[in-house]
Amino acid sequence: MTEKDTSTSIELLTFQLADQEYSLDIMSVREIRGWTQTTPLPHAPSYMKGVINLRGTVLPVMDLSQRLGLKAREHSDRNVIIVVNHEDTMTGLLVDAVSDIIAITDDDLQPPPEVQSGSLPNVVSSLTLIDERMIRVLDLGAVVESVQSSAA
Amino acid sequence: MADNNDPMAEIRASFFIECEELLEALQDGLQELYDGADDTETINVVFRAVHSIKGGAGAFGLEALVRFAHRFETVLDEVRAGRMSPDAHALKVFFQCADHLSDLVRISRDDGDLPSDRTNELLGLLNEILGEDADSADAEQEEEEEDIDFQPATLSLDMDFGDDDGDDGDFSLPDLDLPDLPPAPGQNEYTILFRPENELFETGNEPYHMLRALDEMGTSRVTCHMDKLPDLKGLSPDTSYLYWTIELTSEVDLAEIEAAFEFVEGLCELSVTKAGHPEETLPEQEQPDAETSAETGDLPALASDEPEADVPPLETQLDSLPEPATEKTIAPPPPAAPTEKQAAPNAGKNTGAASNSAAAKSVVRVDLDRIERLVNLVGELVINQAMLSQSLESSGLSPHSDAMNGLEEFQRLTRDIQDSVMMIRAQPVKSLFQRMSRIVRESSASVGKDVRLHTEGENTEVDKTVIERLADPLTHMIRNAVDHGLETSEERLAAGKPEQGRVNLVAAHRSGRVVIDVSDDGGGINREKVLKIAVEKGLVPEDASLSDSEIDNLLFLPGFSTATVVSDLSGRGVGMDVVRTAIQALGGRITISSTPGVGTTFSISLPLTLAVLDGMVVQVADETLVLPLNVVIETLTLSKNDVEMVRPGSFVVRVRSGFVPIFDLGKELGYRESVEDFEGCVVLLIAHEDDSHAALIIDSIQDQRQVVIKGLDDSFYRAPGIAAATILGDGQIALILDTSDIISNALGSVGAGNSATAAGIPA
Repeated sequence: MTEKDTSTSIELLTFQLADQEYSLDIMSVREIRGWTQTTPLPHAPSYMKGVINLRGTVLPVMDLSQRLGLKAREHSDRNVIIVVNHEDTMTGLLVDAVSDIIAITDDDLQPPPEVQSGSLPNVVSSLTLIDERMIRVLDLGAVVESVQSSAA
Repeated sequence: MADNNDPMAEIRASFFIECEELLEALQDGLQELYDGADDTETINVVFRAVHSIKGGAGAFGLEALVRFAHRFETVLDEVRAGRMSPDAHALKVFFQCADHLSDLVRISRDDGDLPSDRTNELLGLLNEILGEDADSADAEQEEEEEDIDFQPATLSLDMDFGDDDGDDGDFSLPDLDLPDLPPAPGQNEYTILFRPENELFETGNEPYHMLRALDEMGTSRVTCHMDKLPDLKGLSPDTSYLYWTIELTSEVDLAEIEAAFEFVEGLCELSVTKAGHPEETLPEQEQPDAETSAETGDLPALASDEPEADVPPLETQLDSLPEPATEKTIAPPPPAAPTEKQAAPNAGKNTGAASNSAAAKSVVRVDLDRIERLVNLVGELVINQAMLSQSLESSGLSPHSDAMNGLEEFQRLTRDIQDSVMMIRAQPVKSLFQRMSRIVRESSASVGKDVRLHTEGENTEVDKTVIERLADPLTHMIRNAVDHGLETSEERLAAGKPEQGRVNLVAAHRSGRVVIDVSDDGGGINREKVLKIAVEKGLVPEDASLSDSEIDNLLFLPGFSTATVVSDLSGRGVGMDVVRTAIQALGGRITISSTPGVGTTFSISLPLTLAVLDGMVVQVADETLVLPLNVVIETLTLSKNDVEMVRPGSFVVRVRSGFVPIFDLGKELGYRESVEDFEGCVVLLIAHEDDSHAALIIDSIQDQRQVVIKGLDDSFYRAPGIAAATILGDGQIALILDTSDIISNALGSVGAGNSATAAGIPA
């Protein structure tokens, strides 16, 4: 990534999860919805909140905090569902609150330290600093795909 | 072409789609012949179908297919030319060939291994029919056939401007290095007049390829005529005004030249004149009146009258050949095809396609995905409409207000739209029935019975998915009817019935459902025997007294087979229970009725579509769930002593005389701990597979209505016991349960609870 002479700029959607700041490439974000009651799926893993009706399609929603192993929180009105599209599969990610859209260049991204994170997939692809706050950039594929494979 | 795979693959795919239609037409035609039709049109249809398949297959280098289709076609041509009238045996072989042809097409499509044994066997049969004399001619033709290098309709860019191509007068191709033969004895000189009609271009053909093909045969000199070209003012861009004369010096014979025009026959005016060597022209190829043909040819090229493959009486033409033919004219409207053996196989291709398209309703081929999307959108519309009416009603508007009236109109419209969209997915059951007629032929042959399939209501339309999933159960039922239902010929004669058995396959719409009856005129169910077997197998107690219909229904028990000898066809231990499971999975029901000595009828009743489900909406642990209505046998409210504990954690409920395992749906789905007190619980009695039953505890029944089925994308978590989802009027999602999955899981977790279900309750 960083080998390029001219660094490309990317836009990130930042959001709050258990008082930490995370972000996703905005290109994978389809829409942001307010929290609605989900229909739970029987015997689903705890981070699978269930399914919601997204204009006629059945959208699976996962609690991103629980997915990342952060502590579960009470839902409030500020909770939102970020609808993401990964390889033509739509998934809803429940987050605490959406903060901002930031534009940065590849140069601003730093690789995360190589730390074995146990059983969890390496979901943070890089880190960046905005106004002295560290923002974690999520690897959407790792978040969504490992669910799909474990579910299969 | 080779370096660009995709367009070819697309053309190939559309060829196979076309093949399916052609095979259907072929089956239809043969059936008509079998039913006694002997008009030329029917024979032509059959012939054309085979021919078109051959033509296409040749273009894609499917040699085995071409070889088989070719021989088949040769025999059919004999029939068409009136030199042979097919007897019952020949028709049987034709049917087998048609079946085999469809196998070959399918295998070719999937790039599978071709069953060459069967091919050779059938080729042998065809040769037998054909007799020996035709055989040699055929072999010759076959060779020639392989030489034809068909260019699969390549749409070269200049095609649209085909008219301009020859503007510079002579369209002469460079002389090619000819084979080292001297231009002496073997060489013939031909003058070919080639005048393409508009259809030639419309069907994607390209004169250049034909001219080039001719050039490859020898030395050719091509002259383009532009005298028909109007002023620029009068020029219509999609009309062809140009025509060509080609002077060809070559060693090839007439047939080979014609072969170059094989795929445009009927789409152009073509005359081939041969100079000298009168002895080489086959006498029968002479057209009686060259002038007539010429006249026809003078018609403006615009004339798009449909070329008819039939030519008036052959005899007259054959007779009127007094002079040694020095000239030969083929004037495609009408093509001289039937008069000559060589050209005949080629005649059908385009003429057939043309007349077929004229006869058939105009049809649009649509990607199934697009229809799916439309169905989804309409489902959404229905849900939205339900939500809207719910909120309007709760807003306290007067039922006579404009808004409510408008809403009513809106409701009606959505219903209409929904129905119309469902109709798009609907397909006639004809294709399914044709497959069944093959099953009858094959199965009757293997058990040595003479059986005729009678079909009715072939145009009844059912959802495409239903049709696909109906094939297996129906096949099984047909085989059963042939194998078990019908008596042997001797028994039939003894019973005073016609020797030929009859299996009826009837489809009809009845009160919003599709009913398909499979009946035979056999001996009916031998109830004594059925009961005896059931007792022997321990399926019913020995002293049970069962009504006739109860005995008939024993056939649906798993592992039941009345055939004392296990035949090839049926009786492999999978029986009617499998059929019933399949039908139930489609949301259908199957019933049986039988009259001794008269026959047996199985009646399948199916929903019109799988996109909508008759559901029971229930509440469990604050969740709303939907069960398919057809699995719910009855609903009960438990009283104090209804439930007995078999052992800790395993309970049964007494329903009339039987014990049925009972489960808490909330617990099975992991929504709550099992209820402790069963009193007052609402229980649904569910039909499980294998005719056993189970009871599910729910909190309350809310509603009974149609719900739109929404598939759960199985790329994410696949929940056990959940078949699909639907969206309720309030916009919430409700899960649709797969009860047999839930019950199987529950039984598995309870372990030996199976013994209780096996007892079942008498239906």
